[in-house]
Amino acid sequence: MTNPRRVLILGALSAIATATARLLAAEGARFVLVARDAEALETLAADLRARGATSAATVAADLAVASPEALLPALLEPLGGAIDAAYLAYGVLGDLGLAERDLTVAAQVIDTNYRSAALWCLAVAAVLERQRAGSLVVIGSVAGDRGRKSNYLYGSTKAGLGVLVQGLAHRLAKVGARAVLVKPGFVDTPMTEHVAGRRGPLWATPEQVAPALVKAASGGGTVVYTPWFWRPIMAIIRAVPGPIFHRTNL
Amino acid sequence: MTLEFHERDDYLSWGRVERRPQVVARPASRRDLAPFAHGERRPRLAVGLLRSYGDSCLATGAALLDLTRLDHFIAFDEASGLLTAEAGVSLGEIMRAFVPRGWFPPVTPGTRFVTLGGAIANDVHGKNHEAAGTIGRHVASLTLLRSDAGEVTCSPTENAELFAATVGGLGLTGIITTVTVRLRRIQSAFVDAEKLAYGTLDEFFALNAASEGAFEHLVAWFDCTAGSRNLGRGIFSRANWSPFGALEPHRERGLLRVPVEFPSFAINRLSLRAINVAYRGLELRGLGSHRLHYGPFFHPLDSIQGWSRVYGRAGMYQYQCVLPPESAADATRALLDAISRSGEGSFLAVLKAFGALPSPGLLSFPRPGITLAVDFANHGPRTLALFERLDAIVREAGGRLYPAKDGRISREMFAAGYPELARFARSVDPACTSDFWERVRP
Repeated sequence: MTNPRRVLILGALSAIATATARLLAAEGARFVLVARDAEALETLAADLRARGATSAATVAADLAVASPEALLPALLEPLGGAIDAAYLAYGVLGDLGLAERDLTVAAQVIDTNYRSAALWCLAVAAVLERQRAGSLVVIGSVAGDRGRKSNYLYGSTKAGLGVLVQGLAHRLAKVGARAVLVKPGFVDTPMTEHVAGRRGPLWATPEQVAPALVKAASGGGTVVYTPWFWRPIMAIIRAVPGPIFHRTNL
Repeated sequence: MTLEFHERDDYLSWGRVERRPQVVARPASRRDLAPFAHGERRPRLAVGLLRSYGDSCLATGAALLDLTRLDHFIAFDEASGLLTAEAGVSLGEIMRAFVPRGWFPPVTPGTRFVTLGGAIANDVHGKNHEAAGTIGRHVASLTLLRSDAGEVTCSPTENAELFAATVGGLGLTGIITTVTVRLRRIQSAFVDAEKLAYGTLDEFFALNAASEGAFEHLVAWFDCTAGSRNLGRGIFSRANWSPFGALEPHRERGLLRVPVEFPSFAINRLSLRAINVAYRGLELRGLGSHRLHYGPFFHPLDSIQGWSRVYGRAGMYQYQCVLPPESAADATRALLDAISRSGEGSFLAVLKAFGALPSPGLLSFPRPGITLAVDFANHGPRTLALFERLDAIVREAGGRLYPAKDGRISREMFAAGYPELARFARSVDPACTSDFWERVRP
């Protein structure tokens, strides 16, 4: 076997990140796991070690407010200063109704999902550029493909992040490093616990989308839809003319 | 995070007979369960993947705690095979993670879509019962969250009485949060299996006797529509773990799925007979020795997700009993005769011998003898009347029914089969309940 993959996960406790980490652990990866909840991080680290991870270090931090410049060097230390794959998996859905009435709530969603995430992406990209290798995999959302009245604020943050990642992919291409945006469709996670009809045919489990995230780090396009059928679905949704779209209730 | 409860109408037991909305929360961590310890009296039941057939995994009006997100491994000792994990981990996930490293759960039921906690709470058995006994025999220790005592560790030597009540205790002795279980070594993911046709019940008993000791995994399928001369005819299957083949786990992708409930007339006397004849025909062509992956060998129906939907809106029952050795031959014949005369029954009919290894739980189902399991479409009073006739035969023979499969047993019939019931009841957590327990509690 080759050297274990060195993996940094920002937002390791998201259900999709956890499922992805478990697949990488089975291949013996080395991890630095970052999220707010120290106790839950320890639980995840133990799980990954039992599954075969070579090592799993945890750092409890609020990524939405932490400074990437100050924190990133410490995060890389357990990995010997280098990364093969970095995942950015944190984000909040937010209560849109509340955010429409109270702009401080809207600001929190924007700060967490776009402002802080974009800064982390820039910081990680600088490391990859220096290494001239490695992948940044960012979890976006199909919600970023077209603004809809039910979740346009969340969608706009993911859309903005998408353009940033696209630009980073362009920038990194010349040195052989990569940036990828993965857009999961409906996934049954604690984030979507409140949504009715979560067992419908369009819904996937974190375990079903995780292989696409593992694959995204090692090759393929810079925008990945998972499950795959969201690509044609979103192509159609983007193509619907405004006057017709405005009569729908999506 | 405080637990959010939602009323859900998609939490059905496997048999799909009862349609009672459940009030469900899905804790994301063991910490979320803290409010259920120490004096919080809200009635509750912890559940997993809902593979129990009847009402033992439902608690109408109480808090149903779906523990499938408590799915972390906690520690694994490569030297001893001891795995500590949260109770919501499925046996399938254990296989996916540990088969590549040469380990397998000590016991697996006919489906891998069961949680570790559920497997303990029903003290499940597998085809290797003669060799390994029930899964409870391989549990080194477990932690329970009790409403009256908080977190309690139990093992065969520590809080032994509570351990004996919890193994096979249907989730009623507290919330099982973590389990330490001993995995077994395997050299490959394959079994060397042999299928033999047999014509009568006596031949089944003879084949089983001749195979014990030489084969770890033993089970028989029988044609429950065949009567008189052909009573009990079927296919006997025996196998051992193979020393040859790769350590590759099963795949969960690409599984078939029954998307909707079939119309209820789909399973009738005629279609049943045809299916059984056809299935037997298929099996007869596949007799002999084969090397098979553990997936199709242990969990053939797991490749069709939601298969119980073929029984339609009315749902299905499984009747599973165990009969002591001394009365097994006569009682099995009487049961088969009653079933084939009724024209009920289905394509899933299984005969298996339980070995002598004692089950560790006060309410464990397996005991030495013969177990018989048959699926039945729910045809209402007609089906229930047949069960009453079967009950009389089982009771007369000194046998008992499996709570994991039951959805209709009477209080008296349950008490008659489980002599330790009163002792068990003393260990029940005062805040734990289930629809099954409300029906049968002493």
